[in-house]
Amino acid sequence: MQRIGVFVCWCGSNIAGTVDVHAVAEALKNEPGVVFSTDYQYMCSQAGQDIIKNAVKEHNLTGIVVCSCSPRMHEATFRKTAAAAGLNPYMVEIANIREQCSWVHKNMQTGTEKAIILGKAAVAKVNLNTPLTPGESPVTKRALVIGGGIAGIQTALDIADAGFPVDIVEAKPTIGGKMAQLDKTFPTLDCAACILTPKMVDVAQNENIRIFSYSEVQEIKGFVGNFDVTIKKKARFVKEEICTGCGACVEKCPMKKIPNEFNLGMDNRRAIYIPFAQAVPKVATIDPNACNMLKNGKCGVCSKVCTAGAIDYTQKDEIISEKYGAVVVATGFNPISMDKFDEFAYNQSKDVITSLEFERLTNAAGPTAGKLLRPSDLEHPHTIVFVQCVGSRCAACAEKGKEYCSKICCMYTAKHAMLVRDKYPDTEVYVFYIDVRTPGKNFDEFYRRAVEEYGVKYIKGMVGKVTPEGNKLKVQASDLIANKQLHIDADLVVLAAAIEPDKSARSLATMLTASMDTNDFFTEAHPKLRPVESPTAGVFLSGACQGPKDIPETVSQASAAASKVIGLLCKDKLTGNPCIASANELMCNGCSTCANVCPYGAITYEDKEFMMPDRTKALRRVAQVNPAVCQGCGACTVACMSGAMDLRGFMGSQIIAEVDAICK
Amino acid sequence: MQKITRDTLVSKAVSLLENGTVDAVLGWGKGEFAYDVTPTVFETADEIRENFVWNDFCGANFSKYLVSKTRKLEGKILVFLKPCDTYSFNQLLTEHRFDREKVYVVGVPCEGMADISKVKAITGDGISAIDFTDNGLVITTLYDDEPKTVAYEDILAERCVNCKSKKHVAYDELLGETGEVLESARFDEVAKIEALTPDERFAFWQGELSRCIRCNACRDVCPACTCEKCVFDNPNSGAENKAPANSFEEQMFHIIRAFHVAGRCTDCGECSRVCPQNIPLHLLNRKFIRDIDNFYGEYQAGAEVGTRAPLVDYNLDDLEASDVFERRDSE
Repeated sequence: MQRIGVFVCWCGSNIAGTVDVHAVAEALKNEPGVVFSTDYQYMCSQAGQDIIKNAVKEHNLTGIVVCSCSPRMHEATFRKTAAAAGLNPYMVEIANIREQCSWVHKNMQTGTEKAIILGKAAVAKVNLNTPLTPGESPVTKRALVIGGGIAGIQTALDIADAGFPVDIVEAKPTIGGKMAQLDKTFPTLDCAACILTPKMVDVAQNENIRIFSYSEVQEIKGFVGNFDVTIKKKARFVKEEICTGCGACVEKCPMKKIPNEFNLGMDNRRAIYIPFAQAVPKVATIDPNACNMLKNGKCGVCSKVCTAGAIDYTQKDEIISEKYGAVVVATGFNPISMDKFDEFAYNQSKDVITSLEFERLTNAAGPTAGKLLRPSDLEHPHTIVFVQCVGSRCAACAEKGKEYCSKICCMYTAKHAMLVRDKYPDTEVYVFYIDVRTPGKNFDEFYRRAVEEYGVKYIKGMVGKVTPEGNKLKVQASDLIANKQLHIDADLVVLAAAIEPDKSARSLATMLTASMDTNDFFTEAHPKLRPVESPTAGVFLSGACQGPKDIPETVSQASAAASKVIGLLCKDKLTGNPCIASANELMCNGCSTCANVCPYGAITYEDKEFMMPDRTKALRRVAQVNPAVCQGCGACTVACMSGAMDLRGFMGSQIIAEVDAICK
Repeated sequence: MQKITRDTLVSKAVSLLENGTVDAVLGWGKGEFAYDVTPTVFETADEIRENFVWNDFCGANFSKYLVSKTRKLEGKILVFLKPCDTYSFNQLLTEHRFDREKVYVVGVPCEGMADISKVKAITGDGISAIDFTDNGLVITTLYDDEPKTVAYEDILAERCVNCKSKKHVAYDELLGETGEVLESARFDEVAKIEALTPDERFAFWQGELSRCIRCNACRDVCPACTCEKCVFDNPNSGAENKAPANSFEEQMFHIIRAFHVAGRCTDCGECSRVCPQNIPLHLLNRKFIRDIDNFYGEYQAGAEVGTRAPLVDYNLDDLEASDVFERRDSE
């Protein structure tokens, strides 16, 4: 039998105003197991906690019920109090008589009645409480960052600076991501490469960072502190450690007509290539789909010209297995496909381009060496139409685009328009927009400069149709403020395509059992208070994989994710939550229903030998809960059809006892 | 009348036993009465030749027996499964209740099974002999001088009149040919009960369930009821094997069971077959199946191995409870 102490808090007048606290303390004295009951003005104060501690000693209490505010508020406080008095902290139950009682009742009598009932339920539960001890698990002091864009780079650098080893897995042959493709960055107009490439070099030179470029994560198992990850390093047919990146092979490669991904197919690269001059690692890669030597054994020029002897046509994919304590997802974004937006004639005319393609057109390292020339005839465009929200905020056309705002387009379009007017003042620039959204430090000033100083023509309205005619693009649009139809003969149309999470994110989320929203953006543990953590312990979010973000925001989130990772890796051991599920093996049927509903992948099965009722031995498949992975959500306990799963601290019997006490 | 003959089944069983493919045979054996066919494990060819039965009273679904039989047996067991039985077989495999490797499934085509209560309603009690002829069952009773002939269509079990499928969804070997999934009228009766007012419906079920003698036969035969420990055997539950002394059986027992097997019930109809009180228990299960079909899209438990039943799966198109409530109101 438990010896239970009941402590009723007044919370000043918060509770005592509508609940007769003395009557509650008095009524609960008669409940089974209760040996002591009192009330006090502020139970959470030092003096209040001392009352509890003294009562534990004086009355040899084995369980505590505190009738006070929500357990979210002070459960931890009173658990610590209990522990200080030598009790197991999980022998404390909170009856919430504030939020769920005094604050919603106006009448003292009904409020008191309800408070007593809530107290009785808590007493009934404590009678069945058992001391719980959290489990411990070790922490592998190494982090994995998936994605080598600016988000991944910043996270990796910060973790490495704190002294922990970090591996970056990047699918492309070089790190750098989307930012490496950009020309200038808003709102300061500094060149993206100038600020990004030093960071890329830092990554390469940091002793704590390993880069697995041209690689993919194949499998992730395990749990917070103990992830087992398999990485496939794809064969690049060049020995990474020998290649000096001199580029002689690229120059001599006879396969010259391969669309260059880095310039979004607007020019060509060779079959052996280095994506761009500042690539990290600066190592050549052979495209196996384009290389003659790999396809039919005829050529071998690169191997002949390579003085370092780095070419290896027999190289195979390499499988790397590594343990990690934390995983950071930084898989980034891509512009959506324009295939469904026939009205803008993207697929009919070379002169209808996306904003990212525009970045390459204005970039000094791009296909036109930075001169703004139209892709079709390499003439200078005199009239440019920018279309905003192409596929963004598309509630009515959700099957074509995205319902959300892509967030970065207003600012980069203002940047593009301003740069064009700055370099080529003879150019007419129109921007069609739904709204211009410019929250952010110095953002609105930037946009106003585009309008006021640079004379960019902002028109509220949407472009309805773009029709290629001769060497012009006939743009039909509506001006909603002037309430008239516009017809513009443009030379170049730039579409601010919506952005979407990288396609690799979905399968990665499945591997990590991390949750995603309907748009395949990773969800945060809490949208406001835990924005860089996934609900899955040990998985952190960095950059646009969590939602559309510009560079400053990405970098601050990347550093925030890094600090969370560092906080985790600093620990030698992780203390778990003892309120987790466990299977009663004698009742378990091994049917897998619990494993199917477990959102964390915490349940596995084992064949165990059991003595059967007829004294024969039989192998039975029974569920095993991994205490380090289980988050105690309880989904398995309700899915289990034989009642074998139960949640410690919230056992079925405890819940029923509470209900019984309330209904008595 | 069954098209496939007893001899075909016996020679298949004997040859598989003798060539060592299997170590035992789970089949229908002679019972006390002609209609009282008993599930039997045969371990010798002689036993099979002597006691194996195949006729219109072989309704028993053997899938559930495999849970305990495969545990006890070293080697393989042959099991004869009719089309509807194979759904239960798959459902049990989905729930990992036995090792597929230890079972050799011989699919048997089925022309529908007889319901002994329908027979007795025509002939009366005291059946001493049954002959299976092309014209029907020829039944001799203790009380009549002349045997009576009963047409097959008059005594077909309800579950067979409304047969949902003649397709074998699991087998290692087939005797004869497998059929197709059928368009059955099995939900018509459910629709009728749904159309009653709540009071009428309550009266209907009270009339049926109050006859329950709590023999637990429905629980014992149900292929979805294979829990290692059953709450109805637990003395602490207050609802263990007990005589029906209060309204528990009438108001709770069968409803609890129907909830327990919801989403996993393949509608094999064994519960109603074995009920000595002729309670139409399968209607409760069919109501769940119909609701699941309506609310979450058509789902047949056991049609495939490894499917996630709608009740333990989630997708974004799932109905919210409030939608279900509204839909109920609008009906």
